[in-house]
Amino acid sequence: MTETLFEKIWNSHVVVERENEPSLIYIDRHLVHEVTSPQAFDGLRLNNRNVRRPDLTIATIDHNVPTTDRSLPMIDETSSTQIKTLEKNCKDFGIKLFGINDPNQGIVHVIGPQLGITLPGSTIVCGDSHTSTQGAFGAFAFGIGTSEVEHTLATQTLWLEKPKTFEILATGKRRNAFAVTSKDIILSIIKKIGTDGGTGHVLEYRGDAISDLSMEQRMTICNMSIEAGSRAGLIAPDSKTFDYINNREYTPKNFDELVDSWKDNLMSDSNAKFDKSFTIDVEKIEPQVSWGTNPAMVSDVTGTIPSPEEFGQNNEIQIESAKKALAYMNLEPATPIVEIPIDRVFIGSCTNARLEDLTDAAEIIKGKTVNSDVNAMVVPGSQMVKYEAEKLGLDKIFKDANFEWRESGCSMCLGMNPDILKPGERCASTSNRNFEGRQGSGGRTHLVSPVMAAASAIAGHFVDVREWS
Amino acid sequence: MKPFPKITSIITPFDKANVDTDQIIPKQFLKLITKSGFGKFLFYDWRFDQNGNPKNDFILNDSLYQNSQILVTNENFGCGSSREHAVWALKDFGFNVIISPSFADIFYSNCFKNGVLPIILDIQEIHKLLQFKGEVELDLNSQKIIIGDQSIDFDIDSHRKTRLLEGVDDIDLTLKEDEKIEKFENNSFIVTIF
Repeated sequence: MTETLFEKIWNSHVVVERENEPSLIYIDRHLVHEVTSPQAFDGLRLNNRNVRRPDLTIATIDHNVPTTDRSLPMIDETSSTQIKTLEKNCKDFGIKLFGINDPNQGIVHVIGPQLGITLPGSTIVCGDSHTSTQGAFGAFAFGIGTSEVEHTLATQTLWLEKPKTFEILATGKRRNAFAVTSKDIILSIIKKIGTDGGTGHVLEYRGDAISDLSMEQRMTICNMSIEAGSRAGLIAPDSKTFDYINNREYTPKNFDELVDSWKDNLMSDSNAKFDKSFTIDVEKIEPQVSWGTNPAMVSDVTGTIPSPEEFGQNNEIQIESAKKALAYMNLEPATPIVEIPIDRVFIGSCTNARLEDLTDAAEIIKGKTVNSDVNAMVVPGSQMVKYEAEKLGLDKIFKDANFEWRESGCSMCLGMNPDILKPGERCASTSNRNFEGRQGSGGRTHLVSPVMAAASAIAGHFVDVREWS
Repeated sequence: MKPFPKITSIITPFDKANVDTDQIIPKQFLKLITKSGFGKFLFYDWRFDQNGNPKNDFILNDSLYQNSQILVTNENFGCGSSREHAVWALKDFGFNVIISPSFADIFYSNCFKNGVLPIILDIQEIHKLLQFKGEVELDLNSQKIIIGDQSIDFDIDSHRKTRLLEGVDDIDLTLKEDEKIEKFENNSFIVTIF
């Protein structure tokens, strides 16, 4: 019988399977952060339960942390309480915590891979929807709620209904591999399949255009799988995957042996059947800019803001959504994308704040200055990314151009810390969600790639970054 | 968790699509470390103006729906962030049932863990419900919603139904499988982190 990669991972993790019931699935890695875990640890205490496998569990602090000087006391008391709560919970239950002053602190989905903790063929959960990022390593990685965090802590398993499979075949070659990024590929895919196109499915990204990508670019693609509604997204591991994992702080000791087994097993069989399939030719993809309030409301940079009717195509619900989105975003149909002025630029988040993202953005701004009407900031995805970027002198390039250079964390992707948009401010953001108020109540988010964000910061409006010089 | 009861309630018609969990419970309220008290922040940015005063044109501020336990909404409800706080807020506000043509996966699963019943119905039936004034009766056991002289049947996974009706604790149930988990751990090659 032929199987997809997802089915292989699923089948090798089934603990209990009964007809017409959810299956009990073993979890290889559990990543914990401060926002979705306090109630889970409370539940354990209330029922006198322990953490079953602290050796498969790590924690970090990312959502709430200030990105300014960490030697100063935190101003927000509730954030500070949540952070202290995680510190206490990790101590009480014997969980390794990469805390606020740890050199390995960072956004949970950035540090998993960078520490060699994220492994091919494994099952990975975290109380955060962007856990799908780690599917780039050929893992079944998915977000869970707090009840499931508690369940995983107590039992190292989860009851799951088997998701269906969805092949996303990306063919062709990008015309300009610097200016047309993996962010533009995934935004184009979501634009086509919709924000619920993947619901109930695990996406497998395949094809030459995917193999062509670096690991960090693949993570950007898998990261946004959840924005298409899917349970997870994954990519079969190859030599790039193995090279990335090798020689990291927590790379398994028997790495070579593991690679041999991964190489032989972790791919969809050639005749494997997917429940759904979608093909995209990346040669036709332009740099993308979102204009609305969900990640399917996206346009080519050379395009214009669509009218609600044009966007909705006879679907009343979509037409209404687009009207509401344009009102919230304060945009008029037929406005060229490149004529939209911006107030803020945010380069950060688990989608686009790894070293390559920062290197590419720095390449764009080198020797230039941020437009005087724009406030721009860079928030590296982890302290390790920050350290490596500083070794390359990127911090100097950003600071010389008038970008703020911050400490790592989730920051303005969701604005749980002081980094937020003011009402009405318009932001070019490398994050993943343009929902109403996501980056601050009344704030307006345009999702873009790091190079687009960087070029827009200089120009003061969106630009066709393929023509940037 | 309490066993799921029979429900008699009016419907709150909430005809919106793609309602994301950032709207259901905005991020500034995710810092609490308890599960209770989220109801007052439900749909905060839609319910209140910038000075914290209720907006009169927002349906949840209409006293007519004050005791409603059933929210009827449109497609892809609960998309986005995995925050279970969204379900805690809906439940704390008084909603025990959410009816929609489709739900986002994580939100759907979070509902069951908190005694909230998410029901998926065809768009025609959703329209019927959105327009219905008056009380409806909802019985999970027989999987029926009675509206006036009509009855709408709904599907639900039998396993999940039993768990809701009995108010079973998931972890208790799983711990009964402890031998199997242990066997899996002994027979599989699990790569530890440390």
